[in-house]
Amino acid sequence: MEAPPQTPSPAQTPEPASDNTAEFEIRPQRGWVAIDFKELFHYRELLFFLTWRDVKVRYKQTVLGFAWAILQPVMNVIIQTVIFGTVAGFASKIPIELQVRKIPYALFSYAGILPWMLFAVGVGSGGNSLVNQQNLLTKVYFPRLFVPASVIGAALIDTLISLAVFLVLMACYHVAPVWPIVFVPLLLLLTSLAATAMAFTLSSLTVTYRDFRFLIPFMVSTWQLISPVGYPLDPHRQWIRWLLRLNPMYGIINAFRSALLGQHWDFPGLVISLAEVAGLLIFGLYYFKKTERRFADIA
Amino acid sequence: MAAAITIDGISKCYQIGLRAQPYHTLRDTIMAAVKSPFKRLRGMAGNGPDQGKFWALKDVSFEVERGEVIGIIGRNGAGKSTLLKILSRITEPTEGCAKLKGRVASLLEVGTGFHPELTGRENVYLNGAILGMHKVEIDRKFDEIVAFAETEKFLDTPVKYYSSGMYVRLAFAVAAHLEPEILIVDEVLAVGDQEFQKKCMGRIQKVAQGDGRTVLFVSHNMGALRRLCDRAVYLRNGTVEMVGEANAVVDTYMNSTIGVEDLNLLTRPRFPSLVATLERFTMVPPLGKETVVSGGPATFEFLLDVKEPVQNACLGFMFNSEIGYRVLGLNSRLELRGITLSPGKRTVRCRVDSLPLKPGRYIMDVEIRSHAKPYDYVEHATAVDVEFDDFYGTGEMLWNYEGSILHRTTWET
Repeated sequence: MEAPPQTPSPAQTPEPASDNTAEFEIRPQRGWVAIDFKELFHYRELLFFLTWRDVKVRYKQTVLGFAWAILQPVMNVIIQTVIFGTVAGFASKIPIELQVRKIPYALFSYAGILPWMLFAVGVGSGGNSLVNQQNLLTKVYFPRLFVPASVIGAALIDTLISLAVFLVLMACYHVAPVWPIVFVPLLLLLTSLAATAMAFTLSSLTVTYRDFRFLIPFMVSTWQLISPVGYPLDPHRQWIRWLLRLNPMYGIINAFRSALLGQHWDFPGLVISLAEVAGLLIFGLYYFKKTERRFADIA
Repeated sequence: MAAAITIDGISKCYQIGLRAQPYHTLRDTIMAAVKSPFKRLRGMAGNGPDQGKFWALKDVSFEVERGEVIGIIGRNGAGKSTLLKILSRITEPTEGCAKLKGRVASLLEVGTGFHPELTGRENVYLNGAILGMHKVEIDRKFDEIVAFAETEKFLDTPVKYYSSGMYVRLAFAVAAHLEPEILIVDEVLAVGDQEFQKKCMGRIQKVAQGDGRTVLFVSHNMGALRRLCDRAVYLRNGTVEMVGEANAVVDTYMNSTIGVEDLNLLTRPRFPSLVATLERFTMVPPLGKETVVSGGPATFEFLLDVKEPVQNACLGFMFNSEIGYRVLGLNSRLELRGITLSPGKRTVRCRVDSLPLKPGRYIMDVEIRSHAKPYDYVEHATAVDVEFDDFYGTGEMLWNYEGSILHRTTWET
């Protein structure tokens, strides 16, 4: 009954790397689905290629091209500076230690826009990413986590460009950097993780409930209002401050201002942000993996 | 050790609601939860009533040996694509399991992941990565891929400017140069021109025979299946009807498609265009007769639902033998330049003075097409019977040996 030893291609060169490891089983999965890190590692280049595609394609057929990566934050800064800084008069309300260092409102506002745009793109584009890639989901297998993750990757590249512009602007205003600037890479990582966590959750929710396509823009604009993006949010009442700290972006934006401009660190806020991002990430991964098996059927 | 793929009792159930209405809204879920929380809970636990469920696959089991080329056949909706999707890990089975040994690559669609704005070169890398190749691997095979696709000159042009032929060639070339142990291919041979199809087929053959890899292959092209496959699986309504030697399975499949009783073509699975739909196709015997005989006259009648004015349309009907060979194809383009149809229900008749076919049953494919693209095409639309008549006037029996076409001759000695 047992087939004789396979002999049709004795001269075939063995491919040991993939041959002995690549046996797998397909069966319905129930409950918790583990994340296959080995597989993610195998496909790691795909994450790079998807990110690279997003970056490349984004400014195609625009007259200004890549300049948009610079113009978008700059335009935001100008608008915020005019409306919040000048018209609403928040320029005089920025934290005292920044006023002492003669930090212009434009820089204060820019330091908030920097992480905020990364996060907002993550929530906005990341949330729609799976639905936008449904032809991929229904036709080919690859780790689906990379779809929202690559959106964050592309947004991170824009943020790095925007950070470079910020540094140039600092030099123009003759503002010397402070030593905590070394924490900026870590803060960028934290912001990316927050955005990734939201993108995981929202993208898988959007696949099932298309309502989120309409909810997400609303969510983003509301979230911006409760985050100190364009104006200093520093209430005198302690309990309001604690309430605001529940927003993970509150701690992150303040930390960016501390690292870039020398604002006093709000450590409780940052710790809360860290814990929340960790929680959101775990939940995002869990929910994504849980619904992932149905993506192809309902996308 | 010999089995590369072991499929054991795979079933796949779709919620009809989910299919008909591809996504449900949050409100539906909330409303359903509010209205009947217990029913919903039970439904989620998988014990709900069976209504509204559609089993695309039911208890499918078979094995594929390593180095074998296996074909999967069945009519549209038989579950072929669902099976391939499960084996490619795109979707999950509802029940059962499958074991695959070796790296799997699947090609369910040509050009998945191609981005129109990116150049040919960029798309080769992107598509390769999506299919699971590493960059070094793509680097190594890049020249070969480009040569196979014959698109060297346009490598740095965005693919949105490619002709559809070029696009497909490049896309297939990338996939064809994957080196998986198991290759899963869905109907890709249906694309591209004749020349390229031949090339694709050659490539699949090489992958299977030369390199000893396993190929799982869905096609409606029975000729290709007979040539390429060692064995075949015939799926019918989600279950395995037959597994065995390719020729035998193809024969069985072709035979089984004869029992076409329902003449209403609208119920057939297909993807009609919005321009014109074939509703009915019938063969009408000559006046006063009940049958069509060999060498006798016959009229073929199309009933069409024309939705948009059509100019230069071509109507055609093809006779296939019971074992699936195209015997004769007739269409309006051959004798009449083009048919103009105004919207509404239209009947078009074609009279054949002498139908040169041997007695027997023929399976008809019918189509309406414009110059370039089909508006509607129904495979196995109906079966027609041609009765015996003494065509040659000698009373001689006709054997398979004499083929399917009748023709009068004059002999001189």
